[in-house]
Amino acid sequence: MNKDQSIQDMTDTMAKFTSYIGKRLPNDVKDKLAELRTFETNPLAKAVYTSMADNQEAADKLDRPSCQDTGVIQYFIKAGARFPLLGELEEILRNATQGATRMGPLRHNAVETFDEKNTGTNTGTNIPWLDWEIVPDDDGATIDVYMAGGGCTLPGKATVLMPGEGYEGVTDFVFDVITSRGVNACPPLLVGIGVSTSAETAARLSKRAILREVGSRNANENAALMEKLLEEGLNEVGIGPQGLTGANSVMGVNIEASARHPSTIGVAVSTGCWAHRRGKIRFKADLSYEIISHKGAVL
Amino acid sequence: MTKKILSTPIKDEDLEGLNVGDVVYLTGHLVTCRDVAHRRLIELKRELPVDIRGGAIFHAGPIVRKKDDGKFEMVSIGPTTSMRMEKFEREFIKQTGVKLIVGKGGMGPETMAGCKEHKAVHAIFPGGCAVLAATQVEEIERAEWQDLGMPETLWVNRVREFGPLIISIDTKGNNLIEQNKAVFNEKKKPIMDKIKSQVRFIK
Ligand code: SF4
Repeated sequence: MNKDQSIQDMTDTMAKFTSYIGKRLPNDVKDKLAELRTFETNPLAKAVYTSMADNQEAADKLDRPSCQDTGVIQYFIKAGARFPLLGELEEILRNATQGATRMGPLRHNAVETFDEKNTGTNTGTNIPWLDWEIVPDDDGATIDVYMAGGGCTLPGKATVLMPGEGYEGVTDFVFDVITSRGVNACPPLLVGIGVSTSAETAARLSKRAILREVGSRNANENAALMEKLLEEGLNEVGIGPQGLTGANSVMGVNIEASARHPSTIGVAVSTGCWAHRRGKIRFKADLSYEIISHKGAVL
Repeated sequence: MTKKILSTPIKDEDLEGLNVGDVVYLTGHLVTCRDVAHRRLIELKRELPVDIRGGAIFHAGPIVRKKDDGKFEMVSIGPTTSMRMEKFEREFIKQTGVKLIVGKGGMGPETMAGCKEHKAVHAIFPGGCAVLAATQVEEIERAEWQDLGMPETLWVNRVREFGPLIISIDTKGNNLIEQNKAVFNEKKKPIMDKIKSQVRFIK
């Protein structure tokens, strides 16, 4: 295959995949929602879960975006330093976003700041947003695509605590964000927390945290304990679907962390709504691919 | 249980018996109306191009497809955060005579006052359920203020048993989401204390 053909093929695959994930939820989210539904006794909560299930069924059958807010498109790339299209990836993903916008169709959600004009293509300055990780001595690429809707992006918050505030301060921060701003973000939420050294490093990690599977745990024992405690604690508050009260509040709490300056604790929260539209796809060097997030998906 | 169905034009009597937490459905006309449309009416003093006296509005920015015959097809339409319209809604209810406001999440004291003064209600349609909602739209009859772009256009939808609509502010000024938030805030303190005692990793 010549290079132009490879670029075209990968663009095509990514456009189709981006459009696909706006219509069907990933397996982990789907399973969790089905599980949470069984715990509800509040009639309003039950009614909402029924609507959610009916909606996903209709979206699949009619091949339409399940939520009208198809978000700003973000790609999280983990590419081998020897991936053959490494230098072309940015252009590929930009064109894939435009392709998905026509295919979905996706709502036009890229507004140029300061000019305050909607570009109408879902692409703009630095949009789609790309986050890079380069893996030495590897020739494949794994790409997470995420649709960052407005409602679920709004609760996002980052701050830097003093060490004296400790992980107790982290607990305060998380509860405050979720019980105030999280209520309007279409719960049950997937809560991502970054614990790190500064505001922007924590913010990036908090976003990576919601890309991790629902039900997975941080490898560090204390971090995993904190995930479990926060998840149980937030569920005990009983926010329920759409904030109408219920047996649970969240699909899960995922924490990602880095080392930090001894004088600071950077902490951030990102939230994914119940319609947590993300997908993971892995390319080999020959551009054959495997879809990890949606079993049995055919593009 | 039989479905409680409201039909436009909605009369005061239709709403007086409703309480927060009740579930209703709507048959008739539902007009999308969000940020800029509110701003144009209230701040820029422009008349709405659709008469919604006794009517229903939807805080929503849909995905609409233009069909080959020139007509519009509703692809996906779900509620957007109602709170953004809070600063306009009391005056909006007064000026337009709208009776049913559909959106997502709660609204605040201004809307509560407006609902009480003019006998109107706010209802929540489950967020993210946009295809379900689209299948309850029979036809897009008109599209006004198209200069605002797809999300902000006033789409005049004829709907049939549109819902579930969960009453979140009733004509007596009760507010379901505010009540819920008070419960959450009360519950959270002891839960947080319990967690904090177990995360003293800095020793
Ligand atoms: S928060 Fe999520 S489900 Fe709710 S409207 Fe926004 S994108 Fe859709």
